[in-house]
Amino acid sequence: MSAPLDPARPLTEIGGNLARRRRVDRFMRGSSTAAALVAVAVLGIMIATVVVHGASQISIGFLTKDPAVGLGALGGGIANAIVGTALIVAVATAIAAPIGVLIAIYLTEFSTQRFARPIRLALDLLNGMPSIVIGVFVYALLVEGGGQTGFAGSFALAMIMIPLIARASGEMMRLVPRELRDASHALGISRWRTIVGIVLPGALGGIVTGTVLAFARAAGETAPLLFTTSIFSGATTWNIFGQPIPNIPVTILTDSESGFPSDHARAWGAALVLVVFILVGNLSGRAMLARQRRRYQAR
Amino acid sequence: MSTQSAAARLPSNRHVADRLGDRVLFGMTVAACLAVVVLLVLIVVHVVNGSTDAMSRFGIGFLWHTIWNPASSPGVVNANVFGAGVWVYGTLVTSAIGLVIAFPLGVAIGIFLALIAPGRASAVIGPLVELLAAIPSVIIGLWGIIVLAPFMRDVIEPALHNVLGFIPLFGPPSTTGLGIMTAGFVLALMALPIIASLSRDIFLSVPSELKDGALALGATRWEMIRGVVLDSTRSGLMAAGILGASRALGEAIAVAQVMGSGTSLSGGVFGNSFFNTGDTLASKLALSFPGTNHLFTASLFYLAVILLIIELAVNLAAQLIVYRFERRRGFVH
Repeated sequence: MSAPLDPARPLTEIGGNLARRRRVDRFMRGSSTAAALVAVAVLGIMIATVVVHGASQISIGFLTKDPAVGLGALGGGIANAIVGTALIVAVATAIAAPIGVLIAIYLTEFSTQRFARPIRLALDLLNGMPSIVIGVFVYALLVEGGGQTGFAGSFALAMIMIPLIARASGEMMRLVPRELRDASHALGISRWRTIVGIVLPGALGGIVTGTVLAFARAAGETAPLLFTTSIFSGATTWNIFGQPIPNIPVTILTDSESGFPSDHARAWGAALVLVVFILVGNLSGRAMLARQRRRYQAR
Repeated sequence: MSTQSAAARLPSNRHVADRLGDRVLFGMTVAACLAVVVLLVLIVVHVVNGSTDAMSRFGIGFLWHTIWNPASSPGVVNANVFGAGVWVYGTLVTSAIGLVIAFPLGVAIGIFLALIAPGRASAVIGPLVELLAAIPSVIIGLWGIIVLAPFMRDVIEPALHNVLGFIPLFGPPSTTGLGIMTAGFVLALMALPIIASLSRDIFLSVPSELKDGALALGATRWEMIRGVVLDSTRSGLMAAGILGASRALGEAIAVAQVMGSGTSLSGGVFGNSFFNTGDTLASKLALSFPGTNHLFTASLFYLAVILLIIELAVNLAAQLIVYRFERRRGFVH
């Protein structure tokens, strides 16, 4: 690490070697602080860009009207995409939340180490799957035979949400004190009643926040929707099983690639709506999660 | 973790409904777990199935052949011939650039958050860094086009060209700012929060006796970090880097937006300037899938197969390292 210590010199003396070591220390500390500031600055610049470009677009009409018909037409809003994204992600949540919670129950309440490990690995692999590959898979599974539908998009998003919800729920279920379960068993209450009546309510906060975070993540995913629900008209539609549903991420992508300035403006407006929604969802989810954890750790 | 206590195993006069309920709930949870495993298998089966015609036609050479020509009209040279060489190159190079930037930066942020910053600063900056991972890729891409690309064109690319221009990889700056280097920067931004938060968690798990011991021996804080913390977490940091790479390798949308859709490797693998345009496996899929004719579609599925294999290998490697790391640390018994 450094030159051998001269025992004759007093340790408190700040001389050549120690001064150098302190300089190195200060430099390394400074650069790691700078690295953190760079990351925060980039986040700030990114959000500021979206706000600056998007704020002028936002109006009541932008949020409540469908886009104007015609190439590069002015006016109108993104109501179709807002409704569509809400619908697609809601259906995805309805698929993913029960499955994710059930997996978490299996991992925390039923499984042994031997079975838990492969299931965790499968969840990690699904989590690491590129979203574009999930899009290609759902295209082969549902779209090739049945055409694009909003539901195909929901299915693809659900595949992204399952590992997230399973992890967050499991983490919180493990925090439910063991004594509660034991007390319930000691009273002769069956396993499933213990789980449904004691464990799930105790972990409800974690399950809800995990779902909120997964919802916010899924709302911004573009790649899984690109081949499943991207060819849509400008009209608001609720027919999720019958036709492709307009949505915000694909709207941003196609409008940003368009040559018309009015489309670019709409892309920025939609980006601002999406960023605000995701930041609100993400931050409130985190705040809830932190409070939940503190509650259990305080016990 | 078993919650079964001695009391629960005692014989009891439980109702039929209780026993049935236990079985039903157990069955449902097992079914949910199996559903995930089945999904993984189905992904592999369907993606491989879609690509069989391209696999039998182009074989393993698909990986490095650089002609990608969907034109099927007769008379065109190499009509309907496909090779993924350019996209494989783009994937590896952009991810490498992203990692070269994001890994040191991410580890430095991890050090700052876990070992240097006062608790309150770390509690504010940590979530902000993680928030970077919550920004949708389509918006990062949009930002990349409008803000990052001009900055690359006017500042970064000329600077790199001036200093390192004797290496053909750093050729003359591009006219748009869209290209391999810009994609690498965008991928760095996406891998950064992953590497930063993972390495922070790893650093926090280093026993404080070790850290305090080093400080008590007279080490400066940096000497403690280098000698004790970094030294004992090397494999964990490698896993963090690999998981960051996994994110970068598979990103499609943002890369498709900022990489400029180049189709050739002018100057070969080692002569192609980083400021040229290109595409990655994922971004090519995003831009072209499902293609316009049968062989085209099958070739795109083949791209997905390559991407799938890369990602599975990378994620398995990361999990293996994490498993070993945790076992050595005594987290897994």
